[in-house]
Amino acid sequence: MSTYLIKNAKVLGGDAQDVLISDGRIAEIGTGLAAPDATQIIEADGHVLLPGLVDLHTHLREPGREDAETVETGTRAAALGGYTAVHAMANTDPVADTAGVVEQVWRLGQESGRCDVHPVGAVTIGLNGERLAELGAMHESAANVKVFSDDGKCVHDAVIMRRALEYVKAFDGVVAQHAQEPRLTEGAQMNEGTVSGILGLRGWPAVAEEAIIARDVLLAAHVGSRLHICHVSTAGSVEIIRWAKSKGWDVTAEVTPHHLLLTDELVRSYDPVYKVNPPLRTAEDVAALREGLADGTIDAVATDHAPHPTEDKDCEWAVAAMGMLGLETALGIVQQTMVESGLLDWAGVADRMSVRPARIGRLDGHGRAIAVGEPANLVLVDPSARRTVEPSELASKSANTPYAGLELPGRVAATFLRGVPTVIDGKLA
Amino acid sequence: MKRHLISAADLTRDDALLVLDTAEELAHIAERPIKKLPTLRGRTVVNLFFEDSTRTRISFEAAAKRLSADVINFSAKGSSVSKGETLKDTALTLQAMGADAVVIRHGASGAPHTLANSGWLRGSVVNAGDGTHEHPTQALLDAFTMRRRLNDGKGDLEGRRITIVGDVLHSRVARSNVLLLATLGAEVTLVAPPTLLPIGVETWPCQVSYDIDSTLAKSDAVMMLRVQRERMNASYFPTEREYSRRYGLDEKRMAALPEHAIVMHPGPMNRGMEIAANVADSPRSTIVEQVTNGVSVRMAVLYLLLGGSEPAVTTTATEENAK
Amino acid sequence: MTKASPNSGSRPSDLDPASARAVLEASDIDRVVTRIAHEIVERAKGARDVVLLGIPTRGVALARRLAERLEDIEDEKVPVGALDITMYRDDLRLRPARALERTEIPADGIDGKLVVLVDDVLFSGRTIRAALDALNDIGRPRAVQLAVLVDRGHRELPIRADYVGKNLPTSQREKVQVLLNEYDGRDAVLLGTRGDAAPVPPAATPEAK
Ligand SMILES: [Zn+2]
Repeated sequence: MSTYLIKNAKVLGGDAQDVLISDGRIAEIGTGLAAPDATQIIEADGHVLLPGLVDLHTHLREPGREDAETVETGTRAAALGGYTAVHAMANTDPVADTAGVVEQVWRLGQESGRCDVHPVGAVTIGLNGERLAELGAMHESAANVKVFSDDGKCVHDAVIMRRALEYVKAFDGVVAQHAQEPRLTEGAQMNEGTVSGILGLRGWPAVAEEAIIARDVLLAAHVGSRLHICHVSTAGSVEIIRWAKSKGWDVTAEVTPHHLLLTDELVRSYDPVYKVNPPLRTAEDVAALREGLADGTIDAVATDHAPHPTEDKDCEWAVAAMGMLGLETALGIVQQTMVESGLLDWAGVADRMSVRPARIGRLDGHGRAIAVGEPANLVLVDPSARRTVEPSELASKSANTPYAGLELPGRVAATFLRGVPTVIDGKLA
Repeated sequence: MKRHLISAADLTRDDALLVLDTAEELAHIAERPIKKLPTLRGRTVVNLFFEDSTRTRISFEAAAKRLSADVINFSAKGSSVSKGETLKDTALTLQAMGADAVVIRHGASGAPHTLANSGWLRGSVVNAGDGTHEHPTQALLDAFTMRRRLNDGKGDLEGRRITIVGDVLHSRVARSNVLLLATLGAEVTLVAPPTLLPIGVETWPCQVSYDIDSTLAKSDAVMMLRVQRERMNASYFPTEREYSRRYGLDEKRMAALPEHAIVMHPGPMNRGMEIAANVADSPRSTIVEQVTNGVSVRMAVLYLLLGGSEPAVTTTATEENAK
Repeated sequence: MTKASPNSGSRPSDLDPASARAVLEASDIDRVVTRIAHEIVERAKGARDVVLLGIPTRGVALARRLAERLEDIEDEKVPVGALDITMYRDDLRLRPARALERTEIPADGIDGKLVVLVDDVLFSGRTIRAALDALNDIGRPRAVQLAVLVDRGHRELPIRADYVGKNLPTSQREKVQVLLNEYDGRDAVLLGTRGDAAPVPPAATPEAK
């Protein structure tokens, strides 16, 4: 295995140091390190070195919608975005509700070799919310599933949710809830508020999310289980989670990059690229989410990377699919919204985009300290670079990014997965 | 004027007055033995209807034909519109056929906006009602009717008090009317049970009330909105009877209106539900007139969008050609 | 077309003021209108079935003046109206859509009458062609005649005026501007060069006078 010497990297944004990578691990950290023979030297020039990013929420679409994304294309996008591990959501076709499907996805990830793929198992059979899927079997499979979610649908039945929360305790699993009260969101098209009233689009009230979160933190507390909340999108949700954490309950939460930046004002264009679940909310919600992420109420940034083929977005709003790309732009959005605003430093970014998500997913090899002996899962970021998002240049098979034409700060210069570069000079290795 | 008419908010006060004044002139032509004008000869107007609405389609069709445009009626209802591509493919077909204007009625809010801004076709897009969003030509014909009855067919509606009653939440007519009437200076009050008012209505340029009886005595016009059958079983209100009692316009309520006030309804009506039969048929009712006026207003819109090399200009006063 | 209502006041001057000179003064216009009134009476053998239709904007004012003179001569009311020809123009697509002007047909209509169209300037003849089309949709006059204050030549259609206030030889580059008290605060006919320096091809400004 090759040896790499990263020279002059600001580890977690701190002082510049050299980092020597050998045999998949960090071999040495210091200044003025000598390069052993056959070492490839990477001049970091003051770029920031972070632990490889971990995404708790990725839709890789395989099996079933290989026209939108595959594990191969999705992991390329992930590596370019600085990720070394992603959690692949279960709403595939067939649904990842059996050991067979999760193992298939896990193997495809292994074959790609660019990024670890950890399948998420469905909570209920077919995401129907009625009967528990074989959670234990998925856990025991080669995929070693720890995170379970019916994402895309809410586990709305309180009894099923309670049972799932309880059941996964046996193997330290966690249920990741897509919080959306179904009756309050029938036919919902966008955030319910001033804009939906004007546009005549069926509203998606904040309370539909908050009511489920409130119920579930109470349920989790009652049965003493771990609970993770997917893509928190409202100020009220942040408040409820803050309250639950103040009680000492084992509740974690994630926010997407787009909910940190975009608001429902964009829907005035009726451009389906802004159609997403949960919907884009208001500027007040955005501010509360940033604050929640900054103070740790929200543990993680998760992309909810949701590729869709052109025909599912090049149409009228009502029939367009929900979701937007995220993997290749997440870090730039976080730099813009959190770092440049002074809400988080780079150590904080490492915590919210790597350390905590790895801990929530119980991924032992990721989200570790940058220290001698640790697995060399790393990302090198050039924070001073700027780039304009061009959908056709993205590695994802789809192009439904809401950031087309937007100039974002930062650039992933290199990504290492267990000491092997997956990205070098900003390009796939 | 803008190239498309998607929302009543697309119209400035000058635009709106130009449409109304033009419609006023065209209304005179409707009284002549020969109603046809050669103005849009060689132009193609497509009526693209994804939703059944015979009355609106006929109104646009009559308007286009009186201006000598070629009219193509394209009823997309029944064809499978489950995939969004249908709108795009249809648009590309219409573009290939050389449509100069597409009049679109669609069940989805925003579909005309998407059609106009997608780059799929070059012609003007006129919104003939989209989902629960807007219906700007209905608002124009309503304003035209009010202006004729209340202001002698001239000027704006400054200070006129208009009350709109009913299912505002799902009403494209209400949205367009609020915007246009505010542009024309009228004072609008929406009256509805709280369940049928959208979140955020307090930001609209109008007043809101839950009580019809407190608004009637000071109304110059009261517009009753249709209550759709499907709302009746969705707990927006307990029963039809209770709705009718609390929000319907019966003779007793009509008597509370000032002498000069008019009663409007965009149709089709549920007689006995939101409006009593005797009220609908009373001399104060402009319901039939609204239909007639619809043709003049739609002629005006089509003429002003298509009659020249580009839509009418209302912001620059180059009188080079004013002869 | 303009935001100003069609009948409102002064026209912005695209006539270069430095070059403008009056070819008819108020007294000339007055005399000319009177003369045309007498010619109409003479040719129509009285004015009994005459209907005057002015073409907006200034043709309408001239038609009203003519009607007054006819009434003075014949001591009988002469029906006068306005005929907007906008919707019948052949050059609609060369410019943005324009506002309509008022058409007012006298109550007894035009069927069987002698309609005298009245306009301020006769130039290409296209306006009159449109007026004849418009008239056709309104009724069937016994005959149609044309009265103009100024005939500046450069016809593009086989149309001629029956009554001409003044024949005014002009070049294409020149511009004739008729000012009438009702709109402009004074009576005059001005001749000058165009204010816009660039020569405009005639096809693009068929109605320029
Ligand atoms: Zn979700």
